[in-house]
Amino acid sequence: MMSDFLQFAVSGVTVGAVYALIALGFTLIYNASDVVNFAQGEFVMLGGMGTVFALQAGLPLPLAALIAVMGTAMIGIAFNKLAIERARNAPIVSLIIITIGASIFLQGVVQVVFGKGIHRLPAFSGDEPLRLLGATITPQSLWVIGGALVVFAALYLFFTRTITGLAVLATANNRFAARLAGIDTDFMMTLSFGVSAAIGALAGVLISPITLTSYQVGVPLALKGFAAAMLGGMGNPKGALVGGVLLGVLEAMTAGYLSSHYKDAVAFIVILVLLSVKPQGLFGLRTVNRV
Amino acid sequence: MTSHWKAIALAGVASLALGFTVRAEIKLGATLSETGPASFLGDPEAKTLRLLVEQINAKGGIKGEKIKLTIYDDGGDPNKAKTFATRLVEEDGVVAIIGGSTTGASMAVIPVAEEAKVPFISLAGAIEIVEPVRAYTFKTPHTDKMACEKIFDDIKKRGFSKIAMLSGTDGFGASMRKQCTAVAPKWGMTILVDETYGPKDTDMTPQLTTIRGNAEVQAIVTPGFGQGPAIVTRNYHQLGIKAPLYQSHGVASFSFIKLAGAKEADGVRIPGTAMLVVDQLADSDPQKKVAKDYMTLFEKATSQPVSTFGGYAHDAFAIFVDAAGRAKSLKATDIRDAIETTSKLVGTTGTVTMSKTDHLGLDLDSFRMLEIKQGGFDLVK
Amino acid sequence: MRLSHKYSALLVLLAVVAVAPLFFPSSYYYRVASLVCVNGLAVIGIVILTGYAGQISLGHAGFAGIGAYACALAPVHLGLHPGAALVLGALVSAGLAFLVGRPILRLKGYYLGVASLGFGILVSMVLTNESAITGGPDGMQVADLGLRGWLAGIGLRLTTGQFWYFVNALAMLIGAWLALNLNERATGRALRALHGSETAAATVGIDVARAKLSAFVISAVYASVAGSLLALQNRLVTPDIAGYMHSIEMVTMAVLGGVGSVLGAIFGAAVLTLLPQVLTAFDQYEQIALGLIMMLVMIYLRQGIVPGLLALIRGRGT
Repeated sequence: MMSDFLQFAVSGVTVGAVYALIALGFTLIYNASDVVNFAQGEFVMLGGMGTVFALQAGLPLPLAALIAVMGTAMIGIAFNKLAIERARNAPIVSLIIITIGASIFLQGVVQVVFGKGIHRLPAFSGDEPLRLLGATITPQSLWVIGGALVVFAALYLFFTRTITGLAVLATANNRFAARLAGIDTDFMMTLSFGVSAAIGALAGVLISPITLTSYQVGVPLALKGFAAAMLGGMGNPKGALVGGVLLGVLEAMTAGYLSSHYKDAVAFIVILVLLSVKPQGLFGLRTVNRV
Repeated sequence: MTSHWKAIALAGVASLALGFTVRAEIKLGATLSETGPASFLGDPEAKTLRLLVEQINAKGGIKGEKIKLTIYDDGGDPNKAKTFATRLVEEDGVVAIIGGSTTGASMAVIPVAEEAKVPFISLAGAIEIVEPVRAYTFKTPHTDKMACEKIFDDIKKRGFSKIAMLSGTDGFGASMRKQCTAVAPKWGMTILVDETYGPKDTDMTPQLTTIRGNAEVQAIVTPGFGQGPAIVTRNYHQLGIKAPLYQSHGVASFSFIKLAGAKEADGVRIPGTAMLVVDQLADSDPQKKVAKDYMTLFEKATSQPVSTFGGYAHDAFAIFVDAAGRAKSLKATDIRDAIETTSKLVGTTGTVTMSKTDHLGLDLDSFRMLEIKQGGFDLVK
Repeated sequence: MRLSHKYSALLVLLAVVAVAPLFFPSSYYYRVASLVCVNGLAVIGIVILTGYAGQISLGHAGFAGIGAYACALAPVHLGLHPGAALVLGALVSAGLAFLVGRPILRLKGYYLGVASLGFGILVSMVLTNESAITGGPDGMQVADLGLRGWLAGIGLRLTTGQFWYFVNALAMLIGAWLALNLNERATGRALRALHGSETAAATVGIDVARAKLSAFVISAVYASVAGSLLALQNRLVTPDIAGYMHSIEMVTMAVLGGVGSVLGAIFGAAVLTLLPQVLTAFDQYEQIALGLIMMLVMIYLRQGIVPGLLALIRGRGT
């Protein structure tokens, strides 16, 4: 059944692109600060929910999305200034708890301000599915896949071709040395949190027509995005993209050919096995431990 | 000096006594999943209870006494539900507990209520809550088994017997899947494909592709609640599947049509309550007024569409108010006795008649088979 | 004067546990206090894993789930006494921790985090999906431990709340005593050495892999026993106990209170157990308050509440 296989692949790549978009958001912050931001899922949620309510207020969709993305970027910057910057050099577990605290806090705020309902954004280019060799794909899936590719390309070029991108990497690698080299490390952190939050919010806008959104969609998305980023190798945009798509395709193929009951299980078993063979993920860099 | 102190003491006693008379009120408790994965249930339930208590207090309460409502948010966690139930009984001194939005939370409350001899009206679906019958435990929602039977009855009427199931792995979906599988043979149904999806999944096309791949499947039954069923419906439309789709009472609400999209949801059938088709009911239907009143109250106050779940809370509260009105006294044990003798009480879910052996008191007729047409619900005759 | 530190910590705990009931007006207080103790027991395991050995786990609720379901399933299927089921659960958890720990403890930092997270999710998925055995998401009932009835038989009548308070408090005290002892033994010293620097620990001849693995196994047993006790007390178990949120909750309790010390972690367990009860007053602002508290404590008292405050009192700052 070729058309079935193709349908599973389409599903896998769509869901994978969702994971990749979230994983890409993790990448930037991790590269700048060595922090894995467990509140990344809330940025996705804020992007979706913000757009829903800006739309309800009567704004046109592109403007609503822009406001939601900018607003989320401001929240990301505030989070860095008010919390992460003040907790610099704290141990990893403390940082994990700060970001989880932020996640709970943001959910709480959205729940009070926007309520607990589930919402859906209208699809950008209509709902009529496109046919492709017996499989179907919604136009919105193409938007999500395209969005993931564009964000990936932008980040990839940023880290390899721009001075600022190299400065961000230098900041994470050795803050002290970076500062000696004249890099404004505080600015690099602020920049990465702002842009990461914007990437998350953009993901939220793109996926909400497919996945729907509510105040509590962030955590499960963040977990999958985190898993995808680690699978690919944290910190590498290529890893985030490949990890995300791999995870999505794995889930879809398992659901299609093995059993839908254990599709998430297969994904995590692959992660466990892969990490025990390659402890830094697919594209992660081997780091040397400092004594 | 002494007289001065005496005056203060007197004033204190007086205000205490005064406070006491004002505070003579009926204490009602609830533990609900206002947040967490089951907030889709708990949120409308909590809002409904608050509105109804406000409404009845404005009218002077029960037997002239006002109701004081305490709601705790257990987040759907049975461990928290048990702690809050203990708190309601021990600290707040309630005479009845409503709640347990989920089956797990309800099962955790049961031993607390039974030990403290406080009546407990659960808002969760599973049949285990009232079977075996426990002295102080009641519930309002239909059981999942009834929903399955209503769906199977309709499938049979269409002349079909081979079905596929696609269930959520949350408590609601899993429980209904179990019940449907159990009663399928009785209705001559053969389950050819049995798939599941996680409550937070974002795409169910692989499972639906597998179902589509089986040419013998005549109808698809999909137990679940929250966002999952809406995504299932959209994926079903995307794949152009021909076999009719049955959703569960977990999504019997206008918000489901909005989420899934009117075009995508067209033709989907749902076992639901009278509330959703209130204008199509005959004027002689006793549920018409009850459902309409509740809808008006809820939608005006919250500007959200009513759901089956809010209706469950409405009915639980109606049972409590009715029982408290008839009870010998406003003591918990007397209220329990009165609840057990509830007779022909019309709620949004159906007409309730309890007995010593039946602590649910609904029959299959309380479900109506609805079909989504042009963005609204149509009563299937 | 480490010895006196150990006994003073134990004495403080014992005194609090013994005196607290004098201020309990109702069995609701016993209920909450018993939850503090059972959570306290679980986080002592986190102290050993994270505080002593410096390893992160985001999946320890998986072991709590195994302990809990052992108490639910073994009496039904194996005819075991619930008490024996608790021991069985601990053994299964230890065995599984040994098997899983070998490969995943080679990972570092966040990679270990995601691997342990995957483990926890796998356990909770099995508990959710295998509904024919586990009852699925709605969970299953747990047999009565029977000890309370036996105590009543010999003339010691306790309410359910009182009974579980004393059982869990005793378990927590024993757990604290064992952990404090461990801290003084060779294993404990090895663990602390590798918390400082694994490379340095290895160069002075410490078998790093073994030390980490034993910390992982011990902490798994703590989580498992805590899970068993909770299941026996609630007489009901659902897959929530093995869920991701519960794993995070355990780590948060330990780190918030001070993951470096047993007393600190137990204090953290008490704070996070009591908070939802206190925060009911905040109604819908409960989550906002909880998130804020977590962030503020970690920013301003980085070592946790107890060590942070002690340092402030001594005027050293953090």
